[in-house]
Parts: sequence; C-alpha cells; structure tokens
Amino acid sequence: MRQIFKDTEHLLRMAGLFALGVVGFVVLRAVFVPAGFGELGHFRTGALEDNREHPLVYAGRDACANCHDDVVAVRKGGAHAGIGCEACHGALAAHAGDPETVKTGRPDPRGTCLVCHRSNVAKPSSFPQVEPSEHGEGQACTSCHRAHNPKVQ
Amino acid sequence: MPTTRRELLQKGSALLLVSGAAAAALDAVLAGTPEKAEGYRLDEHWWAMIIDIGACIGCGNCVRACKIENDVPREPYYFRTWVERYHVPPGELEHPLVDSPNGGYDGFEDRATVPAGSKSFFVPKLCNHCAHSPCVQVCPVGATFESPDGVVLVDATYCLGCRYCVQACPYGCRYIDPRTGTVNKCTLCYHRITRGLTTACCETCPTGARQLGDLKNPADPIHEFLRTHTVHVLKPQMATGSKVYYAALDGSVR
Amino acid sequence: METVLQQVQGFMYPNEIELQWSILIVLYPFITGLVAGAFILASLEKVFRVEAVKPTYRLALLTALAFLLVAPLPLQLHLGHPERSLEMYLTPHTSSAMAMFGFVYLWYLMAVLVLEIWLDYREEIVLRARSSKGVLRLLYRVMSLGVDTISSRSREIDEKLARLITIIGVPSAFLLHGYVGFIFGSVKANPWWSTPLMPIVFLFSAMVSGIALVMLMYMVVSWWRRTGIDMRCLDTIARYLFYAFIIDFSLELLDLVHRIYEADESFKSLDFMVHTRLFTSQIVIQIVLGTLLPLGLLLLTQVARLSERTRKTVYGTAGVLTMVGIFAMRWNVVIGGQLFSKSFLGYTVYKLDFATREGLLPAIALMVLPFVILAVLVRLLPPWEAAAVPPPARSKVEG
Repeated sequence: MRQIFKDTEHLLRMAGLFALGVVGFVVLRAVFVPAGFGELGHFRTGALEDNREHPLVYAGRDACANCHDDVVAVRKGGAHAGIGCEACHGALAAHAGDPETVKTGRPDPRGTCLVCHRSNVAKPSSFPQVEPSEHGEGQACTSCHRAHNPKVQ
Repeated sequence: MPTTRRELLQKGSALLLVSGAAAAALDAVLAGTPEKAEGYRLDEHWWAMIIDIGACIGCGNCVRACKIENDVPREPYYFRTWVERYHVPPGELEHPLVDSPNGGYDGFEDRATVPAGSKSFFVPKLCNHCAHSPCVQVCPVGATFESPDGVVLVDATYCLGCRYCVQACPYGCRYIDPRTGTVNKCTLCYHRITRGLTTACCETCPTGARQLGDLKNPADPIHEFLRTHTVHVLKPQMATGSKVYYAALDGSVR
Repeated sequence: METVLQQVQGFMYPNEIELQWSILIVLYPFITGLVAGAFILASLEKVFRVEAVKPTYRLALLTALAFLLVAPLPLQLHLGHPERSLEMYLTPHTSSAMAMFGFVYLWYLMAVLVLEIWLDYREEIVLRARSSKGVLRLLYRVMSLGVDTISSRSREIDEKLARLITIIGVPSAFLLHGYVGFIFGSVKANPWWSTPLMPIVFLFSAMVSGIALVMLMYMVVSWWRRTGIDMRCLDTIARYLFYAFIIDFSLELLDLVHRIYEADESFKSLDFMVHTRLFTSQIVIQIVLGTLLPLGLLLLTQVARLSERTRKTVYGTAGVLTMVGIFAMRWNVVIGGQLFSKSFLGYTVYKLDFATREGLLPAIALMVLPFVILAVLVRLLPPWEAAAVPPPARSKVEG
C-alpha cells in the first residue's frame, strides 16, 4: 500500500497543484468580477447607467418651446413646422440650461438654407431645391423667405 | 423674441424645477436604480428606428449632430452614423455607384459624372440594434450587450479592444475610438431616449427621414408606418433581427 | 491614415477603411498552428507507434511548448486594454469562440503539453535534481515537485499515463487549432472567412507547418551538434509532411472551386481582390512558391531515387518554402479578409508600420522569441540524451 503511494506521490502532488489552480480561479472570480455582472444578461448592469450618464448637447425642440412659444406660433402650419430648431440653430442644450449667460449666434442666412436646399440629383425630385448660382443673386435667403415659415413674402 | 420679466421668471423657475427633477432622476440613475429615473422602466420599451429613403435629402445634419452630441472623433474613419449616396445606372442594379465623402459630414457635392438615366438617392446608415446581434454573440467578455429595452450598448470600462465585434458586424457600424482603445458605436442616444427625448440624428433631420420608434408603445407612430409602407432591413439573409426599418429601400443598396 | 484613405478604391463603409486586425493577428494562428502540428508529429510516435520518428519526439514537444508560451503575446500586444484580458477567464461569454478558446488553450497547455513533457522527462529531472548544484538544483527539485521516486513501477505508471494523455492530446491539438479556424469561420459577416471548411483547412495547414518546422529543426539541430541525421527518421517525417500537404492542398482547392462555381454575391469582389491587392501574397507566395513548389519537390523525393545529400537539400528547401507558404496563407486569410468592403464595392490597403506596437519589428521579435525559449528548454531538458540511437547509416533511399 505504502509502495503504491510512493510510486504515485508525484501524480498526487500534480493533482494537488491542479486543484490549487481551480481554487485560485474561483477566488479570482469572487474578487475581480465586477458588481452587478450577469443580473440582466451577460454584462455589467452598471453599464446601462454609464450609457445614460452622458450629458445632453442638443436640447430637443420641446426645450426651445418652453421659452420661445412665439416662434412656435409662427412656424405652425408652415413648411418648416416639423423641423427641430437645432437643425438650423445648432446644439443648444447649454443655452437651454442657462439662457441668460449662454447665448448663441444666428444661423448663416444663406449657407444654412443651402445645406438642404442646394440642388443635387440624388435628392428626391419632390423636395424644393435651387441651383444657388441661379437663385437669389447671392443674397441672404431671408430677404425673401421667412426662415421659420418660408412662404415668400 | 422678447419676454417679459414675469414670463422669464415663470419659464425660468419651470426650467429650474424640471432641471431639479432631472437632477434628482440622474441621482437615482447613478445610485444604480435605473427604474426610478423619471419612471423609465426597461421592460416598457423596445427601441427601433424608421428610415424613409424617399425623404432623405443628404443634408448631413444627422452625421454632424451625432458627432457633436456623442463626442465622436472628427476624422473620416469613425462614424456612429453616416449617409451614403447611390447612383444606380439604368439596368445596373448590381453595380451602383456609391460614395460617402467623410460619411456625409460635409454634405454632398454633385458628383462629376453621373451616368445618364441613373436613379439616385441617399441612404443613412447606423447601428441596426439587432435583436440577434452577431456582434454581441462574439464579444468574449460581455462588454457589448443588448439592453432589455432593445439597444445594443458597449461597456467602455470592460471592453478589451479585441475588435472581434467590429469584424462580426455585417453593417460596418463599429469602430475603435483611438482615444480610449475601446469599441464605440451608435447607442441610439441612450442617454436621450431614456429621458423622453429623441436621438440627436432624428432631432436634427429636417425631413423626418429618420424617426425613432418604440415598438412596445401601442401609440407610437411606428406601428402605422410599418403597416402602411413597404419596409426592408439591410442584409436580411444574415437574420440579424435588425430593428432599423428602411422604407423605399432599393435593391441595389448594400 | 490619410495615405490609407487616399488609396481606398471604390466604396467602403467609412468605419471599414482602417484595418482592425494586424500582422500580430496573422502571427497568432501561425504560432498556434506550429504548436498543433509539432504535437501531432510527436504523437505519431507515441500513439500510432511510428518508431521511425522517435528521434524527434522530445524536440517536437519542446518546440510545441516554446511556441505555445509565446502564442498569447501577439494577442496581448494587439488588445486596446491588455490589462483587462483576465476578463476572458473570469466572465467568458460562452457564445464567443474567442472566449472559449481561452479555455481550450489553457487545457492544452496545462493538461496536455506540460503534463506530457513532465511525465516523459521526469526520470531525467529527478536525476538532474540529484546531481546539480545551486539554483539549477532548486529548479529541478521544483520541477520534480519535490518527489525523488523513480522506481520502475512509478515509471511504468508514468508511461501509461503519458500514453493516455497523448491519446487525449491528439483531439486536443485538433481542437486547439481547429478552434482558431472556427474563430474566423463562424463570422457570417465576412464571406472570405465564413465557411465550415475553415477549421479543417486551418488544422491541416497547421499540421503541415508544424511538421515542416520540426523537420527543419531536426536538420538544423543535428548540423549544429554535428551528429548524424537519422535518414529513416527524416524520410518518414518528409513523407508525413507530403501526405498532410496533399490533404491541405485538396481542401484549399475544394474551397476555391466551390467559390468559383457558386459565384455568390461576394465572388466578383473577392476575385478582383485576389487578382489585384492580394496577387503577390496569395498567387505568387502562397500558391506557387509556398504550395505547388514544395509539393512538387516532396513528390520528387517520393517517386525518384535520390541520394541522401540531395534529399536533405530538397527537404530543407521544401521545408522553408512550406513555412513561408503557410505564413502567407494566414496573412491572406486575416489581412485579405479585411481588404475588401462588406459592401462588395471597394478595397482598402494595409499599412504595416515598422517600430509601432503592431508593427513589423514586434512581429519579428515574437517569431524569434520561441527559439530563445526553446534554447533555454533544450538546455534544461536536453531532448536527445534518452533518444534512440540512430540506426547504422543507410545512404540509399528506401524507395
């Protein structure tokens, strides 16, 4: 009996090392797997909050309507009524959060309009487009069109 | 836009209240109880997006807004959303001419030569937030996942930067942020939609070509839209469960 | 990156312009392939009782170990966050082939290779523990796990166990490299990679490269030590190399014919890529120089009566060409799979830098490192002392 043990002692020690490895692995798991992992799926639940924590840079048109309801009234029924304010005015969450201190300039009265309305063969043909060199003689578009409700005056 | 002082005070305090509520909600989110944030419940939403090819004018507002809202590197190799332009010569459905100069960030100049009689249109692209996402399937550690409300997200603190998910995405919507060494992609503006706002791209789209949809909300216009339009998803043969539905998608689109 | 952008041809999704996986990811399947191949050659002796290759048995095992130890290093260098790599073991995503491969690797390293080497060498280790001094003695004592018994019964048990481990080891080696093939072959988004043949092609090309490596090592080491080469051994190895190569070539040919015949949506784009961007590395290096030529040379040794000296030259040449060819195959799979757009409308370029984290320099260093480790292993555990005495030299081929 003793002899068998002596002859296999090295194997038993190796098995012991392997067992130690498994135990070590379990310990590592307990220590290093982040909290909240696996609750809702194979991911860390906290990642949902991380993705939500991002600050807003665009305020959204409802935020603008809070103060600028007069513009809302002008836009009503017009061709631009469905366009978000920030589509032309740029990102305004900073302004909406602190309207007195954070001001923003007016959009370029020709360039901004041409972003959408410059003609391009790939645009849907039903969409109003102009060839800038043939329309408006280089003037600001707002000389004839009201930006918020662009029927020609 | 003149406002009386009274109006200003009214609006200002309303805003303060709203901000206060938002701040309190944010605290609830940060405290690890996302369900309490403004009453946003994960199981009440299943996010999707509609893209109407017939309405897209290739203005590039969405590309710019996304980069600004989400702090995406401005170089031309990193996009969470981009716009492609197609010119399909007559009878050449299999050989469209496609370009996406800087992803459409600067809009589109007229192409020098367009074959006569071509059909032309724009196709905005983004992460399809697949219900059976191949990118989630291959992530070795669980750093990318599908949230219970249907958005495929990335855990930036856990990602190894192995890039397997970038290889596995059939739509090319992922990239490695050179500043962090982790993967990045469209989050469907998760930080906005969980606060009742819409995504930056939909917010700035002037024609309504892009619209966020919530399939679990019975009142959401997406249901009517899907019922009344012919819709496709990109690469349907891959069976990814894509939740970005394209109306008027041409057969030549890759 | 601007130069890359300028060289983009046609249309690519904007995020596709920059390649994701670099030369380091080419190295990785190459190295694990060498491991699997070297091990299979070693197991020919133990499991299939091909006595002739016994002189290379231990050398093949040590070679496999040296390369297996280096295998994770290109991956670590490539990761955006190597410090997080433990996550693959702590929270493995069971649907991810890459994650599960971590366990296949660990199994193969610990339960197969290390155990087998240890069992085969144990007697020497104990003897050296008894006869060395100082640090070496401590090292050998640690390796023997502090056990001094080398009775004949214990050695019998070791033999039986080693045989069992090798039997388990053969499918494990298949799994090791087949898995790497599966990592690519299961990506449905990439038609250059996505095929059920991928694990099998990888496996057989691994065997080819591993056998070629051991063959070359045996020749170099014998020359270095100025001992004679056992031609029976060398001829046998070359014969197995030839068989493995035939199978590998047939599989790759099958894949090619299948693609051309079915001509699915990706075919035109891939075909164009092979004829342009990938022409040198695929047609010239992999196919002509790396497959057809060595196959032809090996075939020559099988059908013609050649002198010993000629055979050695042919084997050496074929061996080197084979290694180059299999490396090129890995290159063409990994890099080639990223040169074309998933829109099938365009192509990009791969810019290989020199002294950057994923550049040529670290790649070369990583290919040299296994030989350094092997040199240390060979010093500690010489593979030839207990090897069979070479039979009397027979200079004519056995036909």
